[in-house]
Amino acid sequence: MTSTSGPSQPPGGAQPMPGNPPQPGPGPSDAELARMSREDLVTLGGKMDGVEVIYSEQPVRPGSPAERRAERQVAAAFAGAGLSALAFMVIFVAWPWQVETPAGGYDLSALYTPLLGLMMGLALTLVGVGVVLWAKKLMPYEVTVQDRHEGASPEIERQTTAATLVAVGNATGIARRTLVKRSLGFGGLMLGLMAVFPLGGLIKKPGTALFETPWEPGMRLLTLGGLPIRPADMRPGALQTVFPPVEGGARSSDGVAMLIRLLPNQVDEFRPRPGQEDFHWNDFVAYSKICTHAGCPVSLYEQETARILCPCHQSQFVATDGARSIFGPATRSLPQLAVEVDADGYFVAKSDFIEPIGPAFWERST
Amino acid sequence: MSSRTAIQRPATPAGRTASALDERLTLAAPLRRTLNKVFPDHWSFLLGEIALYSFIILLLTGTYLTFFFDASMQEIVYDGSYAPLRGIEMSRAYATSLDISFDVRGGLLIRQIHHWSALLFVASIVVHLMRTFFTGAFRKPREANWVIGVGLLVLALLEGVFGYSLPDDLLSGTGLRIINAIFLSIPVVGSWLSFAIFDGEFPGTVIIGRFYILHVLLIPGILLALIAVHLLLVVKNKHTQYPGPGRTEDNVVGKRMFPVFAAKSTGFFMVVFGITAALGGLVQINPIWLYGPYDPSQVSAGSQPDWYIGFLDGSTRLFPAWDLYIFGYNIPPLFWPTIVLPGLLFTLLGLYPFIEAKLTKDRAHHNLLQRPRDVPVRTAIGAMALAFYTVLWISGGNDLIADKFDISLNVMTWIGRIGLILAPPIAYWIAYRVCLGLQLHDREVLEHGVETGIIRRLPHGEFIEVHQPLGPVDAHGHGSLQYGGAPVPKRMNHIGGMGRAIKGFFTPLEEPPARPVTSEEEKQAELTGSGRPKDPEA
Repeated sequence: MTSTSGPSQPPGGAQPMPGNPPQPGPGPSDAELARMSREDLVTLGGKMDGVEVIYSEQPVRPGSPAERRAERQVAAAFAGAGLSALAFMVIFVAWPWQVETPAGGYDLSALYTPLLGLMMGLALTLVGVGVVLWAKKLMPYEVTVQDRHEGASPEIERQTTAATLVAVGNATGIARRTLVKRSLGFGGLMLGLMAVFPLGGLIKKPGTALFETPWEPGMRLLTLGGLPIRPADMRPGALQTVFPPVEGGARSSDGVAMLIRLLPNQVDEFRPRPGQEDFHWNDFVAYSKICTHAGCPVSLYEQETARILCPCHQSQFVATDGARSIFGPATRSLPQLAVEVDADGYFVAKSDFIEPIGPAFWERST
Repeated sequence: MSSRTAIQRPATPAGRTASALDERLTLAAPLRRTLNKVFPDHWSFLLGEIALYSFIILLLTGTYLTFFFDASMQEIVYDGSYAPLRGIEMSRAYATSLDISFDVRGGLLIRQIHHWSALLFVASIVVHLMRTFFTGAFRKPREANWVIGVGLLVLALLEGVFGYSLPDDLLSGTGLRIINAIFLSIPVVGSWLSFAIFDGEFPGTVIIGRFYILHVLLIPGILLALIAVHLLLVVKNKHTQYPGPGRTEDNVVGKRMFPVFAAKSTGFFMVVFGITAALGGLVQINPIWLYGPYDPSQVSAGSQPDWYIGFLDGSTRLFPAWDLYIFGYNIPPLFWPTIVLPGLLFTLLGLYPFIEAKLTKDRAHHNLLQRPRDVPVRTAIGAMALAFYTVLWISGGNDLIADKFDISLNVMTWIGRIGLILAPPIAYWIAYRVCLGLQLHDREVLEHGVETGIIRRLPHGEFIEVHQPLGPVDAHGHGSLQYGGAPVPKRMNHIGGMGRAIKGFFTPLEEPPARPVTSEEEKQAELTGSGRPKDPEA
């Protein structure tokens, strides 16, 4: 064990400082160097770097069938890599690549990306396999030991460096010159703040934006196609996603709502939230579609149980109970949109939502 | 080699170039030190390399993608090759992502390689971190590199989130909406922060462009700088090594960097790249054309983020519906599982080396790694953390599990909530016992030797198994080798007792070593395949 780790002194070299890289020292003269063989020079270089090869073995005997076999394997891998790369280039140029069939059915272009990936993957992997085989089978297996030189520096280095540092500090007189020190501290602090301040350009006042949606009294509820809705358009148990009739309303991220027609047996169970008793119209109720938890559209409606499920984090709301949250991480009911039917028989909003829709925030007080 | 009396002048062009470079830069000594640098050899040291290689692949493929991607939220009508979406309004970001997939020759391949290598990047960082943790490689003098590594992990997660938000499809847009809700949930500044980031109310018109510059410039730049420091520190401190014969705190036993180590690493890079390229071509990932453009009123069921964000999705799903009001101000339930929890987890992770050093009062320099079984408490803490993480991660897909295994969704949520509390202590206990058991077995082998599988009947009828001692034994037949934290051979072929395997896959490449034939065997008749004595006449 001791023979494997012993640091070897360079011939004729000075004793290296503990914790210091070994110094080459005077070493052999130029004439001696000139007489050394390459192996001797490699060994000498290793010693100067604290490296000693303690075991070395050629994995296969030179000239043996095993060596020829290994050589053939490496060559086959490299050749295969070249062929795969060539195939990649041919496919890249010559294979029909653009999707020809509009929908349904596949043609040759469906194989374009898989073939490219296969060929590129083969080419790269085979180069890797070839190099690894080469290293494992044809390069010498060795066990080499190198000394570590780490940890604290020798005391002489520490003391002299510390003294120099203190001298540098003293030369500026920063410790004595309180006025300079304090003014520098102040200046530095202010400059640091100044560097951050341009980010203030990002700030936008939220104002009441989070408390409002595009809905206004008398606005018709529109489908995605922009059509108004009559009560007779929806069968019991149906759900219709509705949008406010404003510019870009169909892409509104806060105005989108669900108009639900309850099943006959659910009408008796319907319990509006206090103060929202007149928000529904007969068996029709409308709730915000934006989940009060993280803002996903609550898209899944189970007719029989009148449950609304958010597919993102599985919060569940009951349409017959003022869209109260009954399971999952959401804490608040979906805000209800007050609706009625106008003189032409179309659904309209009676007002905007009376509370902020969607995910909660600090200023939201209810 | 013509003259042996004077220092030779280089005769070849390569030699002259080297000489000229050395005259100008004094390169000889540092170059030789680099060539001679010794690396310890172990498969688990390659995990970090996978992360490095994935990062290189990400830089290469990502640069290619920027040639075609336009991070604009301007609404246009799609007119590309993909018929089902033709005529539909969408952002330029989504349209150019579709173009990369359908109208750029080989674009889909590069896009998919980029996504696969992003998944591999984070995965290899996590596994590399686990190796570093369980072997104690983070101990003095390597605490700083641990902290940098944790920073790299966090940045990699953010980089991934920004990246998969860019195509502006329905899935990534839903993710953006949740990100906005997370910003909103931060106490006091939430709404201001959200408005600053999105330039007004969600979704606004700038968020893709802002995430894009973070994704392609700012975060990769920081990643690159930190990776450079990470590697420099490894070189400076030299690599740790597992305990074993001849290995001490003051040396490195392994292979020199050149040629074997460098060749193997290069080969490994090629293999990693090759596998990623094959995945990119053969295994579809993130088929954005199926999701459609982002629409705030729509969502697809089973919306899942990439795997590395799954644990936060899980924590969000499991967190109970607790609303907190302070003086009329609201702290939404989203705040705890998405800001506080990861903040705590990553802070604890980053501080772990210092916490452990404080508790164990271990201030020594460590270059030898520990096997997990030799540090049962740390291993058990790691197992506990992994159990916690795994429950969160599984819960991130609890709707899919509920669907595929026909379990109630609400039951899955409750399994997650209870599991999150119960699983970690159970994992701690199991890991602790397993560590002690493995240690005990090592000590037993050191004391009594390796089981040979030979059963002997003693004169008084007792059966014993013959054990092969690993070293010298005392008067009672007990081994005198001390437990040293190094692997202990457990089977006869580990100590050469059964001969080594003969090389060659289909045909033997070498003759099996001849075994001396005993006189007893010579007397035995040769048996045929059927077991009968061979007929001498045949």
